Amino acid sequence: MQPLLVLEQGLNGVQFGVMLFLMAAGLTLVFGIMNLINLAHGSLYMIGAYVCAYVFQASGSFLLGIGSALAAAILVGIVIEVVVFRALYTREHLDQVLATFGLILFFDEMVRIIWGPTALYASIPGFLSGQVEILPGAPFPSYRLAIIVVGLLLALLLYLLVAKTRLGMLIRAGAANRVIVGALGVNVTLLYTFVFALGAALAAFSGLMAGPIFTVESGMGENVLILAFVVIVIGGIGSIRGAFVASLLVGIVDTMGRAFLRPLLATVMAPAAADNAGPALASMLIYILMATVLFFRPQGLFPSRVR
Amino acid sequence: MGLKRGALTVALGTLALAAVPPLSAAFGQPFYLDLFTRILIFAIAALSLDLILGYGGMVSFGHAAYLGIGAYSVGILSHYGITDGPLHFAVAVAASTLAALAIGAVSLRTSGVYFIMITLAFSQMIYFLGVSLNVYGGDDGMNIPAHSEFGSVLDLDNASALYYVVLAILLLFFFAGRRLVASRFGMVIRGVKSNGRRMHAIGFPTFRYRLAAFVISGAMCGVAGALLANLTLFVSPSIMHWTRSGEVMMMVILGGMGSLFGPVLGSVAYLVLEQLLSGFTSHWQAILGPILVLVVLFAKRGIFGIFAGAEEAGRG
Repeated sequence: MQPLLVLEQGLNGVQFGVMLFLMAAGLTLVFGIMNLINLAHGSLYMIGAYVCAYVFQASGSFLLGIGSALAAAILVGIVIEVVVFRALYTREHLDQVLATFGLILFFDEMVRIIWGPTALYASIPGFLSGQVEILPGAPFPSYRLAIIVVGLLLALLLYLLVAKTRLGMLIRAGAANRVIVGALGVNVTLLYTFVFALGAALAAFSGLMAGPIFTVESGMGENVLILAFVVIVIGGIGSIRGAFVASLLVGIVDTMGRAFLRPLLATVMAPAAADNAGPALASMLIYILMATVLFFRPQGLFPSRVR
Repeated sequence: MGLKRGALTVALGTLALAAVPPLSAAFGQPFYLDLFTRILIFAIAALSLDLILGYGGMVSFGHAAYLGIGAYSVGILSHYGITDGPLHFAVAVAASTLAALAIGAVSLRTSGVYFIMITLAFSQMIYFLGVSLNVYGGDDGMNIPAHSEFGSVLDLDNASALYYVVLAILLLFFFAGRRLVASRFGMVIRGVKSNGRRMHAIGFPTFRYRLAAFVISGAMCGVAGALLANLTLFVSPSIMHWTRSGEVMMMVILGGMGSLFGPVLGSVAYLVLEQLLSGFTSHWQAILGPILVLVVLFAKRGIFGIFAGAEEAGRG
């Protein structure tokens, strides 16, 4: 196995990881503060990918694409927060799961109505379509590198927002005890809407960056949503730090597994058997990782102190 | 009073369901026989989920996995030319039992929203396992050459015979489920639902009780999967797609959970609604989605709650 290939796949893993983090951060924020489990978070990711790909194609401006994708996702996020989720905050998790499941069916179908049943082509903006030599003789697509940089930057911004600003203080306080925060005169309803819009924007960003890498199609949000759940479970629900560590872990393990498990198995078993077992095992790897983590730490790696 | 009304509803419901094959034959509409076989198979799956969801408070979002394991048991055995019916069902039960045991052993260490996410994640794992198994058709799935064979006793090639088998198994599971819920075991499971810590403090090994219930439910759902494979003569990973778990859960809620009868109603309501809407427009999911949201927000007790009156529904 060549070290350069390992490096390249490792970076791919990090790139996948930061995208997962943007999804998982929104989910874990919403869960930590509103105690809401939102399956429709994947729909916001999908909306981000669709709107960006569509606007970029129509206008030729990637920045306009990003802007409209974020605006659309935030708008949709606020609408569903006001119309549906406000009625769900006090309900059981079962109700939240089912209602947001209904929302997924709706959004997946709406996307098919608006953009048709076939996948939408999302192109990489021209200035990112080249390759960068990260090490001599090791080219890496600049688009994927840009995702890593932007993702890490957003993670840093999110950390600063939550840890250093007054708003972040309110968010943390809301997670600890929303009743007291409300009694102290903070408009909790508005705070919830803001947190939700923030989560929607992060999901949309993840989606629009994913567009050129994965397929932009109806239902694309759910695969990544379930992976984000795995991330949150491993990291500990409500913990952004946990989500960050677990995202990178899941991203790297998944990517490395898909790239190297088959050749590794081929060294110890018959090639034909490895051809069958390799992909099967690779697709199960992160779930096995999740089960292992849970077995030793049922509350995840960084259990939130609040809950 | 409430009990009599319930027993009467069950009796009438059974009679109505038993009349489906002759009626569909009389009207020359074999399609309805097929639809109702499907409905009853999903009723079995929903009933199995209700057992742990409605009575045990375990929100398993991964029941499609056992459906898939049951179906693949039939599919894989048939793939190797083994058509023996009893063996098909024995393997389906054994495989789904083992899977439920492994998944339950990990998932039940947690609770609440963790449990929902983990059961979902494990069913997704089994889904992707199905996708990656190229020997068995991978993503495309595979055809099953023939129905499970039960010798001269029973011929599942006959659509009506298959229907009555499904109905009989549904009734068996319904009454077995009722006895189970009313037994000491069932009392413990319900006790854990209302206060697990207290049950543990009294001295019940709550984890083992919950795991046992989880495994029973998974095995029942595996039987539904084996029946589904016999109905469609086809298996593919789409049987265990995560939306299927959502649908089964929706059936339980739509019908009214914690009643065992509710899931049957829910399965009828959900699949008939799906059939009607899809006849109306190809974008039926855009209508079904908001309906589900409204049901959750405004009709929490489900159809059974309306049917049986407040007293009975309040008991679960």
